[in-house]
Amino acid sequence: MIEEGTIVMVTGPVVTADSMTGSRMYELVKVGHEQLIGEIIELEGDIATIQVYEETTGIKPGEPVVGTGMSLSVELGPGLLGTIYDGIQRPLPLLHDECGFFIRRGIQVPSLDRQRSWEFTPVAGAGDAVGPGDELGRVAETKTISHRILVPPGMEGTVVEIAPAGRYTIEDVIARVKGGRDIEPVCMMHRWPVRKSRPFREKLEPKVPLITGQRVIDTFFSMAKGGTAAVPGPFGSGKTVVQQQLAKWVDADIIVYVGCGERGNEMADVLREFPGLEDPRTGEPLMKRTVLIANTSNMPVAAREASVYTGITIAEYYRDMGYDVALMADSTSRWAEALREISGRLEEMPGEEGYPAYLASRLADFYERAGKVLTLGREGRSGSVSVIGAVSPPGGDFSEPVTQNTLRIAKVFWALDADLANRRHFPAINWLESYSLYGGEVSEWWHERMGGDWDALRKRMMGILQKESELEEIVQLVGPDVLPDADKLVLLEAEIIRESFLFQNAFHAVDTFCSPVRQYRMMHILHRFDELAHHALTAGAGFEKINDLPVRSSIARMARIPDDTYEGVYGEIEEEMRVQFSRISPPGTGGRDGMVVDE
Amino acid sequence: MMRSSSNREYSTVAKVSGPLIVVHRISDVAYGEVAEIRLPSGEKRLGQVLEARKDLAVVQVFGGTRDLDTDITSVRFTGSSLKMAASEEMLGRVLDGAARPLDAGEGVIPEVMLDIHGYPLNPYSRDFPRDFIETGISCVDGMNTLVRGQKLPIFSGAGLPHNQLAAQITRQARVLGEEEEFAVIFAAMGITHEEGNFFVREFQNTGALARTVIFLNLADDPVIERIITPRLALTAAEFFAFEKDMHVLVILTDMTNYCEALREIAASREEVPGRRGYPGYMYTDLASIYERAGRIRGKTGSITQMPILTMPDDDITHPIPDLTGYITEGQIVLSRDLHRKGIYPPIDVLPCLSRLMQGGIGPERTREDHPDVNTQLYAAYARGRRLQSLVAVVGEEGLSTIDRQYLGFSDRFEEDFVTQDYTVGRSIEETLDTAWSLLSLLPESELKRIDRDLIARYRPKTEGERRA
Repeated sequence: MIEEGTIVMVTGPVVTADSMTGSRMYELVKVGHEQLIGEIIELEGDIATIQVYEETTGIKPGEPVVGTGMSLSVELGPGLLGTIYDGIQRPLPLLHDECGFFIRRGIQVPSLDRQRSWEFTPVAGAGDAVGPGDELGRVAETKTISHRILVPPGMEGTVVEIAPAGRYTIEDVIARVKGGRDIEPVCMMHRWPVRKSRPFREKLEPKVPLITGQRVIDTFFSMAKGGTAAVPGPFGSGKTVVQQQLAKWVDADIIVYVGCGERGNEMADVLREFPGLEDPRTGEPLMKRTVLIANTSNMPVAAREASVYTGITIAEYYRDMGYDVALMADSTSRWAEALREISGRLEEMPGEEGYPAYLASRLADFYERAGKVLTLGREGRSGSVSVIGAVSPPGGDFSEPVTQNTLRIAKVFWALDADLANRRHFPAINWLESYSLYGGEVSEWWHERMGGDWDALRKRMMGILQKESELEEIVQLVGPDVLPDADKLVLLEAEIIRESFLFQNAFHAVDTFCSPVRQYRMMHILHRFDELAHHALTAGAGFEKINDLPVRSSIARMARIPDDTYEGVYGEIEEEMRVQFSRISPPGTGGRDGMVVDE
Repeated sequence: MMRSSSNREYSTVAKVSGPLIVVHRISDVAYGEVAEIRLPSGEKRLGQVLEARKDLAVVQVFGGTRDLDTDITSVRFTGSSLKMAASEEMLGRVLDGAARPLDAGEGVIPEVMLDIHGYPLNPYSRDFPRDFIETGISCVDGMNTLVRGQKLPIFSGAGLPHNQLAAQITRQARVLGEEEEFAVIFAAMGITHEEGNFFVREFQNTGALARTVIFLNLADDPVIERIITPRLALTAAEFFAFEKDMHVLVILTDMTNYCEALREIAASREEVPGRRGYPGYMYTDLASIYERAGRIRGKTGSITQMPILTMPDDDITHPIPDLTGYITEGQIVLSRDLHRKGIYPPIDVLPCLSRLMQGGIGPERTREDHPDVNTQLYAAYARGRRLQSLVAVVGEEGLSTIDRQYLGFSDRFEEDFVTQDYTVGRSIEETLDTAWSLLSLLPESELKRIDRDLIARYRPKTEGERRA
C-alpha cells in the first residue's frame, strides 16, 4: 500500500514523519520533494522514524514521505560482475554519467542494465516440475562464470513455457511457471530484500581451505571455504592491504568487495589495478569475477549500514548457483559506527562505548550468513560464502566492543600488530596472538595434496617461534650473548622463519602470491636447515659457524625467485646447505652421525 | 530597530545554550539552512540549522552566543545552504575564519558561489594519485613518499616544530620535471597569533604569498567558527584545483582545535558521547574534511592535504589522531625523544606511513632502487632501535658484532639521514645516496630485502672491499 506522510523533524540522516499509518518496519520510503531514499527504522503510533541514505540538507518539515511497500532490496541477475556500486546498489559509473564527478542526491538509476541482452540457453523444458533453486537456463556472464537462472525462492510448479535459446534482456520473460491456479512469469532478474538471508537446504562443514597465496595465512592460520575471519588492527597495520591481497588471490569463483566507510583513493586503486590483473586460475582479468561495493567515508552514513547487507545478498545469490564466493568487508567497524550514529539520533539507551545494545546480535546475524551450503534445487549444488571482515579498533585496543563481539563469532582471527607494521614486517599478522579454528578441518586437504608431514612441519615452525618469544624475555634482561648455543640457534631459526617465510611483500611481482605447493616446499627447506643445524651443533660445530653460513642469504631471498625457475633454485639451495654444513661439522663427527652429509 | 523585508525573520529565541540557540514558533525552515542572527547591538552573526522541526529550530551560531538574549535577538532564515564566494582574486589574500578579509583589500568579488560542504566525490571518478612530490625532506621522500592528491597529516605534540616542518615542505615541494608551483591554501584553526604570523611571514619571505590563500581563525576567535574554516579552505581548494586546473596544497592546522570545537557543540546538544566525550560521528565528520583531497579523471588539477594535529599528551591512540589515521593515507609522526636529542626534523619514521607510496616510487618515478632501499632502511633501523633499548640494560658488551653494527647504523641514520637543515632541501637522488652510504655500514649479506642486482649497482664499496 502506498502511504503518504509528512515530515515533522529533520536532524542529520534521521527524519521523522507523521501520518504514516500502514507503513511497515524496514519499508523503503521516498523522502521529500527530491524523493531521497530512506528506510523506516522505528514506528510509534503513526509516527515513523526514517534513516535517509542521502544527504538531507535543505529538507524541510512539511515535505511529503511516500511509502513504496517494498523493503530495501537488491536487483539480482546477469550483469553484476565487474560492476562498482554504492551502498544501495546504484552503479557508480551511471551516477558519474548522470551528475558528474560529485554525487548529487535524489538520482535514481537502475542497478542492472535493462538494455543489454544476454545469450540465454534453456536447461529446463516445458512440462518439467520445478521448485525453488531448480535451473531454468544459463547465461555466460563472463568467459568462466556461467550464470545459472534459477527458479526464485518461493516459486513452485510446472514449467508451461520456456524461451528458446537466444538473446534476452533481464526483463524479458524467459519462462512461465504454473503453480496452483496462477501462471507466473520468470525473468532473468529478481529482487531480494537485503536484510533477509537467502534460503538453502542445509549447512555443510567447511573443510576445504580457501587458498590465499599468503604464507602466514595458508600455512598457519588457514581460512576455510564458507568460513568467517576477522582482521582487527590499528590504523597503518595493513588491514586494507591484507583485504586487497585476498580479493586478488583467493581461489574463490566470485569476489564481493565491500569498501565500507573507507578511503576513496583506495577504491580508485582497486578500480585501476583489478582490470589489469590476471586471475591465476583462469587467466581472465580479476575485475571480471569481482563485484565492488563502495561507500567511502564521505558518502552518507546510513548507506554505509546498508552496504554490507547489499554485499552479502549478492554473495548469497552466486552461492546459490553453486559457486564459492568470498566477501571482504572493509571495515565492519565503520558499519558498527553507522549503527551507533543512527542509534544515538534515535536517543536509544546506549550500551558499551555508546554502541547500541543490539550490536552483538547484528554482527552475529551478518556473520551467520556465511557458510558452505547445499543449495535448494534438485541437483543439490554446493556453494559457499566466506566472510572476511576487517575491524578497526580505536587506538588498536582489541578489548573494544566491535572486536570482542566479532571474535565471539568469527572462527579465524588474524591479529594485526602495530609493532610489526612499524618494522615493516608485512603482513603484520601476529603469529602468537592469531588463531584459526579450521586448522584441523583443512589439514586433510593438505595431507592429500602435499604430503602427510604438513601438519608436523608447521607445528615445528610454530614451536620455534613460540620458543623465540620466551627467549626474548630473557634477552631483554641479560642480552643475547650469554645464551647457550642451542638457544641462540632457536633465535636464528626464528629470524629465518620470520624473514624468509612469514614476511611477504605484497608489492613484489612474484612474492605477492605464493602457491600452496611452493609454501610446502619452502617449509621443507626451513625444516632441512633446522635438522642440519641441530646435527652440526651436537657435532660440536659451534653456533657462530652456523650463523655465518652464506646459504642464509639464499634462503632469505627464496620467496622472490620467479615461479618458473624456483623448483630448480630450491634444489640448489638444499645442495648448498648440504655442502656448507658438511664443511663446518668437525671432521669425523659428521660421518658418525650419518645423517648430516649423506643423503 | 530595523525591520527586515524577509518574512522569515523571528525574534522568538527561546533558549541560548553554549553555541546553540533554539528558535520557537517558526515555519518552513530546512535542515542545514543558513540563519542570520541579529544581536541587540545590531551586530550580525551567521548560524546553521542543526535540527529542523515543524515549529522549532536548533541553530548553531558560528560567531558564538555572547551577548545574545531571548528578547530582542532576531533570527532570519536565508533559505540557502552555507556558500562561499570563490574567485581567482583570492590568491594572495588573508581572510578570517569565516572568509572575511583581514588584509587591507576589499571583499572577494565572486566568480561563483559554492556550497562549503561540497559533495562526496564519486570514487569511480577518482584518478589514483601517483605523481611523486619531492618535499626535500629525506624521511618523507625516501621512506614515506608523498604523492599529488594524497592526504598526509603531521602528528605532532605541543612544543614540537611541526610548523617549521610544514613551512619547509610548503617552500620546497615540487614535482619532478614540472615547473609549476603549488597554490597553497592555508587554514588556521585556533592557533596563536604568533604561529599565524610565522606562517604569513614565511609565505611573504619566500614569495609564496602571491599564490596562497590564508584563512585565519586564531585562538581568541570564536570557537564555533572553526567548524567552517576548514570547509571554506577546501571549497577554495576545489575551486582552484578543479575549476582552475591548479595543483593545490592545503595545510590545515591545528585539527585538534577543530575536534575540540566539535565536542563542544555535541556537549551542548546533550548528545550521547563516544570515546572521551567526542561525538560518535566524529569519524564521519573528519572524513567529510579529509576526503576532499585527490585527483579527478580528466582534470589536471589536484588537492594534496597536509593537516597538522597535536596529539594530546603525545598519545597516538587518542581519538583525534586515531580517527585521523584511519581516514588519511598515512601519517608523519614527530617524536619528543628525537626533538630532545636536538634532531630536526624530529621525525620518528617507525610509526610513519604513506599508503600511496608504492604507486609513486620506483623506475621512471623516482629511482629503481627506491622500494627495496625503503624496506631495508625500515628493517635495519627498527632493529637498531630495539637494540638501543637493550643496550641500556645489558651494555654494549652483551651484544654480538652484528648487533653492534646495527646499533652504529641507527645512530648514523638519525644523524645523517633524519637530521637536515631547515633551509636546505635534499633531492631524491641525494636522499637515496645517503641511504646507501648508511646501508654500507652493514655487511652486504644483511641487505636481505634488496635485490642482488641493485646491490651490485648501487652499494658503495667499503675500504676493505675496494682493496680486495
